[in-house]
Amino acid sequence: MFFRRGKKPKEKPEAKIIIPDGLWLKCESCGEILYKKELERNLWTCAKCNFHFRIPARRYIALLLDEGKLDEFPLALKTRNVLGFPRYSEKLKEAQQKSKLEEGVIAGRARLGGETVVFVATDFGFMGGSMGSVVGEMVAHSIRHARKEEIPLVILTASGGGARMQEGIFSLMQMAKTSAELALLAQASIPYITVLTHPTMAGVMASFASLGDIIIAEPGALLGFTGPRVIEQTIGQKLPPGFQRSEFLLEHGLIDMVVHRRDLRSTLIRILKILMIKK
Amino acid sequence: MDGIWLDFERPLLELEKKIEELKATSHNGIGPELDRLTREAEKLKKKIFSNLNRWQRVQLARHPQRPYSMDIIERIAEDFIELHGDRYFRGDPAIIAGIGIIGPHRIAIVAQQKGRTTKERIYRNFGQPHPEGYRKALRIMKLGAKFGLPVLSLVDTPGAYPGVGAEERGQAEAIARNLKEMAVLPVPIVIVVLGEGGSGGALAIAVGDRIYMLEYAIYSVISPEGCASILWRDSSKAPEAAEALKLTAEDLLHFGVIDDIIKEPEGGAHRDWDATAARIKTKVIEAFDELKRLPIDELIQKRVEKFRQMTPKSD
Ligand SMILES: [Zn+2]
Repeated sequence: MFFRRGKKPKEKPEAKIIIPDGLWLKCESCGEILYKKELERNLWTCAKCNFHFRIPARRYIALLLDEGKLDEFPLALKTRNVLGFPRYSEKLKEAQQKSKLEEGVIAGRARLGGETVVFVATDFGFMGGSMGSVVGEMVAHSIRHARKEEIPLVILTASGGGARMQEGIFSLMQMAKTSAELALLAQASIPYITVLTHPTMAGVMASFASLGDIIIAEPGALLGFTGPRVIEQTIGQKLPPGFQRSEFLLEHGLIDMVVHRRDLRSTLIRILKILMIKK
Repeated sequence: MDGIWLDFERPLLELEKKIEELKATSHNGIGPELDRLTREAEKLKKKIFSNLNRWQRVQLARHPQRPYSMDIIERIAEDFIELHGDRYFRGDPAIIAGIGIIGPHRIAIVAQQKGRTTKERIYRNFGQPHPEGYRKALRIMKLGAKFGLPVLSLVDTPGAYPGVGAEERGQAEAIARNLKEMAVLPVPIVIVVLGEGGSGGALAIAVGDRIYMLEYAIYSVISPEGCASILWRDSSKAPEAAEALKLTAEDLLHFGVIDDIIKEPEGGAHRDWDATAARIKTKVIEAFDELKRLPIDELIQKRVEKFRQMTPKSD
């Protein structure tokens, strides 16, 4: 719940370049001007510094799944402003228009290297990828589906917001709900792989994102419980560069591997081939 | 009881002070005056406490005189043996864990612990656990499960500690693991939110079969201050945020998120620790009596189902 976007790196005034809209993009990390077509070929990663641009859930579906296809589960619920929270209804509408999604999650069945899987992705473009009741319910539904059908589960996360404040206690309870379903999945020995992308924080990181049998992260993703700004306020100090990034988590033994976006699909396929018990 | 009192309690305290002073003079003829003042004080107490807004309840939940976990444990347990450490990194004083006896039940206890004096507060890290605290709690819960001891969990924390070491050692992982393991722990788990139920840091020891809250406790996805600073970029708007978040025991009972409210003595738990503890004890024993009758499979199935149902009910 505590993540806020960090300050954008200051542009040097003398280096200001007018970028014709749509054709070129500036790398958020190293400042390199990148040709958009080229960037797309590189799966939205910077050729110079390896920075992984944030991409929407739909693009991951195209990138990771066989034929880029997901047989989507319908949304189990409709999002409502149960608490009557100030401006939540407007924010929801905005998010729906902006992201062209009904909610911050897409889930369904797909094939991955020929293997049937349940695939779930949260989308940062929808209210920061935060988890309200609908996201929680869809994740829970997907876990149940994987358990009942005995097929592996892959969840890709992008959630800066963690639990969605506007749904109050119900959002918090989605952490327990999804984790409880994962406990049953684990008892059934169904493989569960998480792919953490930038950023995955707070209530999402402190529930299903951290519970994978195998946890993969994209390079440079911000991953943790408390957002860096809140930590800095608490300890009254600047945090060192790289703090809470994927490589930092790998160094501290919190994730299994850091994998470049271009290798995600093949890595998932290799893992599933080894973990899946053929019946 | 001297100490720091809340603004809205002050008129009542002044009246009570007057009564005490009058009693101290104790000469003849004060009887009627004393009766009048006592009645007035009762009326005032009722008036103040029957009209509390959400922010006032937040303040009561954080009252500096409120009984903390150890105060309750001392009053409800016939025996309690505190156990320490997560066996990996260190002992975390923000979490108390151990085994004990309460009424007819041998149990395991986990709880967040705040400190009362400045020194204690720092030692207890203001009740904000590190990952090793949550791992200790899980270790003791599993110890309980191994020997068939049901678990009592007392919740009172502003939240999990937001620090460098906590992140390095996997605060998120520690919380997530507890949620997962508690969901299927093969013994009854009873939760009582005593004061502050601060977000994921509270939930990390609050997955169970019965969830109770003290009348003026709060339980929220984010602190009112944190919410206000995100919403209005102004943490002083916390009272408005408290209203928006709907975080009181009454709210949560209405939402069906908790099972029951444990009434506090008139004027709040801080006015009578013994009475508060006695009510908790009765409730907890009753819950264990019921839950211990269930076969373990059914218990776990019901627990998972309980959290499956944590979705807003359509009206
Ligand atoms: Zn770059």
